[in-house]
Amino acid sequence: MISVEDLTYRYPRTPAAVFERHSFAIETGRIFAILGPNGRGKTTLLKCLAGLVRPTAGHIAVAGSMGYVPQHFATPFAYSVRDIVVMGRARHVGLFGSPTQADRAVAERALAELGIARFAERPITALSGGERQMVMIARALASEPEIMVLDEPTSSLDFRNQAIVLATLRRLRETHCLTIVMTTHDPQHALEVADQALLMHGGTGYEVGSADTMLTEERLSALYGLPIRAAMVARGGRRTPTMVPMLGDGPRGTPDAARSVA
Amino acid sequence: MTATPGAEAAGARRSGGAATALAVYAVPLGLAALLLVAVAVGLGAGRYAIGFGDIMTIVGGWVGIGPGSAGVAETDWRVVELVRLPRLLVGALTGAGLALSGAALQGVFRNPLVGPQLIGVSSGAAFGGALAILLLLGTAALIGLAFGFGLLAMLVVYVISRQDGRSSVLMLVLAGVVISAFFSALVSLSMYLADPTDTLPAIVFWLMGSFATASFDKVWIILAAMTVFGVPLLAMRFSINVLSLGDEEAEALGVRVERTRWIALIAVTGITAASVAIAGIVGWVGLVVPHLARMLVGPDHRALLPASALLGASYMIAVDTLARTLTPAEIPLGILTAIVGAPIFAVLLRRTQNKGWN
Repeated sequence: MISVEDLTYRYPRTPAAVFERHSFAIETGRIFAILGPNGRGKTTLLKCLAGLVRPTAGHIAVAGSMGYVPQHFATPFAYSVRDIVVMGRARHVGLFGSPTQADRAVAERALAELGIARFAERPITALSGGERQMVMIARALASEPEIMVLDEPTSSLDFRNQAIVLATLRRLRETHCLTIVMTTHDPQHALEVADQALLMHGGTGYEVGSADTMLTEERLSALYGLPIRAAMVARGGRRTPTMVPMLGDGPRGTPDAARSVA
Repeated sequence: MTATPGAEAAGARRSGGAATALAVYAVPLGLAALLLVAVAVGLGAGRYAIGFGDIMTIVGGWVGIGPGSAGVAETDWRVVELVRLPRLLVGALTGAGLALSGAALQGVFRNPLVGPQLIGVSSGAAFGGALAILLLLGTAALIGLAFGFGLLAMLVVYVISRQDGRSSVLMLVLAGVVISAFFSALVSLSMYLADPTDTLPAIVFWLMGSFATASFDKVWIILAAMTVFGVPLLAMRFSINVLSLGDEEAEALGVRVERTRWIALIAVTGITAASVAIAGIVGWVGLVVPHLARMLVGPDHRALLPASALLGASYMIAVDTLARTLTPAEIPLGILTAIVGAPIFAVLLRRTQNKGWN
């Protein structure tokens, strides 16, 4: 369970807050998706939850250890996949320590669970974007977290890899009873996996609730300032909504990323 | 996929199975053997000729085999035990320390192009030493001042680079450049003020680097520095791995980034300042040797740090042996390490271009 009260973030020496007085609770064992246009502070809020950024005001209570999956991964060193995943044990190893046999066993399990053990010896620099994302998730899993926080885990992946990552998250929620918090630019991805959703409108504006009630035509259209329609698609004997942005009818002009900062 | 010798060696080293059990030990054993060869050659080579058999007799005496020094001419064992041995030990420890420092710094700064000169320590220590020579202070003061100013340089870098309670890698590097330039100017000032017949050459030759004045006193000093600073640095090699992922990721993985980084930097400062105090500015070792070691064992600092230390010791003994045997007059060490190191580094740069640093 994560509970957030009156969370506010303001960049140093700027008057307007990126987001202000956001309060919500994330239930244990659920997937929580954070959506919003560029510049509304999705990533910043996520980093506040992960303890990487100190909020300007407000309170966060987190019950459980956390694994973090960053959006980008860049080290100049060509570590092997196994080396990277073992680093997930850092919390348990200590400043002057080295990973023990037990630490390495946990890392091996994480590699096997995500189906990436077969390329454990390959240097991380030689992997595709999709493979790297699985390595990052494996590393977070190796820290044996109760909560996993992912920053746009499906961005820069092709359709197939997006599907694989989403299926993996859903599976981890079941098998590890993981609480998963993720940001995403794709409402459809939230619709596929999320139990709860937070829509960030910028400033004090936000909506939070169950994914069904949040991820609707009206709310998403308002959030992105663009008509978004739900197409009903038959899947497994059920008709499920698929969110389609009406790109052709969309707004013209410049991208509005700067709106919240101004 | 990148296919470099380093990656393949690292892959073979870790891929389990009976066939590769040998490979796990092959590289460390090879490096240890290389060091033994370097020691043997370093003890045997020199302007004063001593037969290989006599060298072996003396070495045998150290480990309790045979007559030892009693079995050879007195001049021979004096040259080996009192001149070459301390020089070799100082060289090996300095080389190991500088290479270890360089490998650690490259990880901490996530940049394979940095060396111990980067954070201003070398320049600060150089000024301390130059000042001691200028003021006609003794060897103890030289070591003390070199060490003190090396630490001071790093502390100033620390203060400059801190913003909002944190210090970014970029600010650290830039502050290091600034402080290096400042202390280099002070070194120039010391040389300008020095007596051209006496202290000026002393400063110039000291700065060029040499193990010629090595003694067992200096062995103990560098050994103490390696124990106090080198051992903890070696112990934190897994933390350096995590740190090399970047501040945010390391923090998310549970490493206290600021604290870890500064412990590493203080250790590097201690080792670098001690080696400058003992041997002057010996450049390039901390930059080149970690790259060579990375080609052998891969980028994992758990293997890289000990491998760099071993290789650094051999490298330094080899270069010092060349320095004192190539010409009748000794070639200053700093000149040789640059002449040998720069081309090696250029080749390494070409090889690793756009491939990731294996």
